[in-house]
Amino acid sequence: MSEKKTIIGTHISKQFDQELEDIRERVLQMGGLVEEQFGRVMTALMDGDADQAALVAAEDYKINQFEMEIDEECVLILARRQPTASDLRLVVAVTKCIRDLERIGDETERMARMIQNSIEIESPENYYKGFLAAGESIRKLLQSTLDCFARMDVMSAVKQMREAYIIDREFHSMTKQLVDRMKKDPESITSALDMMWATRCLEKVGDHCVNILENVVYSVKGQDVRHQHLDEVEETVKQS
Amino acid sequence: MNMSEHTQQNEHKTEGTPLLDDPRMSTRGVDVFYGDKQAIFNVDLDIGKNQVLAMIGPSGCGKSTFLRCLNRMNDTIDICKVTGSISLDGEDIYDRKIDVVELRARVGMVFQKPNPFPKSIYENVAYGPRIHGLVDHKVDLDEIVEKSLVRCGLWKEVRDRLDQPATGLSGGQQQRLCIARAIAINPEVVLMDEPCSALDPIATATVEELISELSERFTISIVTHSMQQAARVSQRTAYFHLGKLIEVGDTDQIFTNPTHQLTEEYITGRIG
Repeated sequence: MSEKKTIIGTHISKQFDQELEDIRERVLQMGGLVEEQFGRVMTALMDGDADQAALVAAEDYKINQFEMEIDEECVLILARRQPTASDLRLVVAVTKCIRDLERIGDETERMARMIQNSIEIESPENYYKGFLAAGESIRKLLQSTLDCFARMDVMSAVKQMREAYIIDREFHSMTKQLVDRMKKDPESITSALDMMWATRCLEKVGDHCVNILENVVYSVKGQDVRHQHLDEVEETVKQS
Repeated sequence: MNMSEHTQQNEHKTEGTPLLDDPRMSTRGVDVFYGDKQAIFNVDLDIGKNQVLAMIGPSGCGKSTFLRCLNRMNDTIDICKVTGSISLDGEDIYDRKIDVVELRARVGMVFQKPNPFPKSIYENVAYGPRIHGLVDHKVDLDEIVEKSLVRCGLWKEVRDRLDQPATGLSGGQQQRLCIARAIAINPEVVLMDEPCSALDPIATATVEELISELSERFTISIVTHSMQQAARVSQRTAYFHLGKLIEVGDTDQIFTNPTHQLTEEYITGRIG
């Protein structure tokens, strides 16, 4: 089987090249903003900074704005160019990725609002220790996911899917610990529930990262690897 | 071209699935030459029964030349030489025993520009069945004309003016009339060489709809420059490049995830 190269910038229509390059760049800009917002929430949590958390929550509209604008650009490309093959896959992948990025923005906003409610805790960095560690893992996953999208790097995407799976297992043990804490100390139920929700938000961010990674594989290889076991995904990617 | 160049060119391998289990037409090792110049290189391709096969590729890639081999239209070009084998229902169409007129009744053709005869609408459709002796009585001929025009979605538009000149019809109507003329003699295969390139979008949509309907009864092979048309009307797509059959596959796969780099470049508009 011949190896295919996918290069955006080689169309006969230079304007089409530009349009595809534009949506790709806009996704990266959107991803950059999502990553920044997420990082700010984690910092706000660590510092117990309610104002910073409020600011992050208030700025979610910027991410929504990105989603709507990129969506519109994709619709125009579909209407004007009727893209095929790798171009079609890229446009479809972009429409899906921006939805996931927007959802990550929503989860970030949700976490920011929760932090505002529980900011009176002293030494929050100790109180939130486990959560912050998980948050850092998710931040790195988000960063790597965006790198995979930027470089359209399929092998790294599969590697990051594995990473996401490991992090996901940590969430299960975190949830179990919180339940144990609530059983032992009923007074901690309110704060533990807050933490449970926040943990759930992080878990969802991880799931959205996986969706984006699956779309990187689809865009490059033309293979739909959703709902596949990781070993199967790896096999599919190697074979195609 | 010397022999070693010829051999090298012929070593090319087609990606995908050019061969089928139970084809209507089969070509094996087909080379076509115009004088010294080779236009088609070693094409192995099957055309499935009641399927629409789209042939795509840049101008000069040989797709029309290849299509014209399928009912020996190239016989009319003196310097054109076709080698290899082409069969219809297992029978070699280049065999000396084959009557070319009869072959073209079994493998009909619709051209780029609508070319109705300068006769009435009725006579355009009736001409084929009459010269091939398919009917004995006028009433049978009337039935064939009506049925063919109905199948082409033209009957309601022309039934009150069957005796009027076909040249008075619009471009889209003329092309549908040519298709009605081709199917009136009940062919097994209909070849279409860019049948919509001279039509407006509405007429094109009507002809495309017609192609889909006709594929239930006939095997269709269509050459088109429109990627979207190939994607809309065909079940299989064959990509030609510089006289070689590069890739053949299910149309859905070719337009979303082609295997060969050249196919990818052509359908995404990276080569002209």
